[in-house]
Amino acid sequence: MKAWLELTATGVYTSIQDRGRPGFRRIGVPASGVLDPALMQIANTLAGNSADHPVVECYDGGQCLAAVGGSVRIAVAGSARLELIRGDERVTLAAWRSVTLAPGERLRVVSIGPGRLAMIAIQGLKLVPVLGSCSTYSRAALGGLAGRALSAGDQLPVATDVPDGRELELPAPWTTEDRPIRVVPGPQFDHFGDAGLATLLAGDYRVGTASDRMGIRLEGPAIAHLPGMDSEIVSDAIVPGAIQVPGNGQAIALLADAQTAGGYPKIATIISADLDRVAGKPPGASIRFTAVSAAEGVTAARDSAQRLARAIQSIRPCAPDSGQSIDIDALYRSNLVSGVVDAARSGGAQPDMTE
Amino acid sequence: MILGIMPHYRILPLGDTALTLEFGDRIDPALQAAVSALDQAIGAARAQGHLHGIVETMPTFRSLTVIFDPLETDHDRITELLNTLPGSSLEQPLQGRHWLLPACYEPSFAPDLDSVAHTIDGDTKTVVHLHSGCEYVVYMLGFLPGFPFMGDLPEPLHLPRRTEPRTRVPAGSVAIATGLTAIYPWESPGGWHLLGRCPVPLFDARQEAPALLQAGDHVRFDPVSATEYARIERALAAGELDASAFQTSCEAKPA
Repeated sequence: MKAWLELTATGVYTSIQDRGRPGFRRIGVPASGVLDPALMQIANTLAGNSADHPVVECYDGGQCLAAVGGSVRIAVAGSARLELIRGDERVTLAAWRSVTLAPGERLRVVSIGPGRLAMIAIQGLKLVPVLGSCSTYSRAALGGLAGRALSAGDQLPVATDVPDGRELELPAPWTTEDRPIRVVPGPQFDHFGDAGLATLLAGDYRVGTASDRMGIRLEGPAIAHLPGMDSEIVSDAIVPGAIQVPGNGQAIALLADAQTAGGYPKIATIISADLDRVAGKPPGASIRFTAVSAAEGVTAARDSAQRLARAIQSIRPCAPDSGQSIDIDALYRSNLVSGVVDAARSGGAQPDMTE
Repeated sequence: MILGIMPHYRILPLGDTALTLEFGDRIDPALQAAVSALDQAIGAARAQGHLHGIVETMPTFRSLTVIFDPLETDHDRITELLNTLPGSSLEQPLQGRHWLLPACYEPSFAPDLDSVAHTIDGDTKTVVHLHSGCEYVVYMLGFLPGFPFMGDLPEPLHLPRRTEPRTRVPAGSVAIATGLTAIYPWESPGGWHLLGRCPVPLFDARQEAPALLQAGDHVRFDPVSATEYARIERALAAGELDASAFQTSCEAKPA
């Protein structure tokens, strides 16, 4: 039977992303790709996909997805409040596990937080890659569905006929450390010198409201260019994480969809291991920086990859096999339901059933 | 052993995933050629299975950025490997292609032609003559997929960007600013002065080589009427004409 997942609501901003589109920077195509690769890999593993399969990247919640034409197995990674809607029943559901939606059943992302990102993996999601990737880059209409962000009514085709195997869960939620964001000074450190770097490292910055997949504005102490240094440079390459400082001193941290090159000097670059935390910060959130060496950045990337590998290895089948569609009673028993909207049904539940 | 390439660039860290090899801080055909030569040498070494861990390279006006996977390699390792590149490969001549791209400079496509003419104390014919009268080198692609930064413009056309950037520059716009010329492959915001429109698409993801131009190519503009522009646009859309028709086998003759 042919099934698909239909978006009945898309929330603030929702797009298809995967590992990204490396190899085309030289012709002006940004890397793009998921803003939190760990969440993508966890969600995909839970849903029974390969780790780098395309996912639905959700900003801020509000998304609602319905299974149509057949059962669809999905999994959500991220600190998200979820609701399963089946007929008149609304059941609060924990993230970090797979769920099989029977035809007509819907999953709603009620809210996301702390952080503003969650990833929905869909078993067998079938999309056509463009330039080697399904990542959406809407400025050039690449990837995703018709090269654009998702909107209500979009149908995501699923290749798997009938989900098989038991539902999977991640025993402990994936968390990130609440510590300063690590940056490697450079490449244009010499436009700012120690004084400029000290401003960046001492400042309590806030994430600006005009922040998206291209970058986030850092609102806080202006970073001065050294006397005699131009506030613009002849363009050189940008990578996600680069912190560029225009003439007004207001820094911008660039993210996955940033253009490939730019003409503002870059005082420092956020290390890849911390970039997910930056991308997930909502407007108004505090952000502080600390400097590390390039070698320390590499070590952090490797440590982070090992930690993620351990988390993925810990993924295990849920205790009771709930079969083709979700069995709400089984969820009670397995202690995965974090709360129930229909109070009448919660009578027999254990008292400490928070996730 | 240092093989003579190290003195040409500074090595700058770009986070934990990249190094920028900076040859200079100017826009200069000699720097672009040096960047391109190193880029080609790295490409050749990678094709032979060397330089493990490199994801891609990104040439710009004046630097080459090497992007790598920090789980596979690191800055020191990449730097060492770069030192082992054969110096001779840097002397190979670059194989840039030559293009003669149609451009319609008629008023409906050239909203800034009058103001540019006014600024340089000339008439619009002079501007068109200057702009279409020389061959440009493609320094790099960036800003948007397929967007070529080309130069150098004749001295009289060196102008800063517009003080009021447009929120919407039409796709195909032929534009100038800061001593450079470009063609906007996509509708986008933009601050350059719009002198005309090119009917040849600069980016098509369905093609094996999605970008029409690449760094090191040479481009000259061929002034066409609005009628001719429409004919070319139709023929390209209908598949009766291929963009490769605008490639010339050798350096184009002056108009």
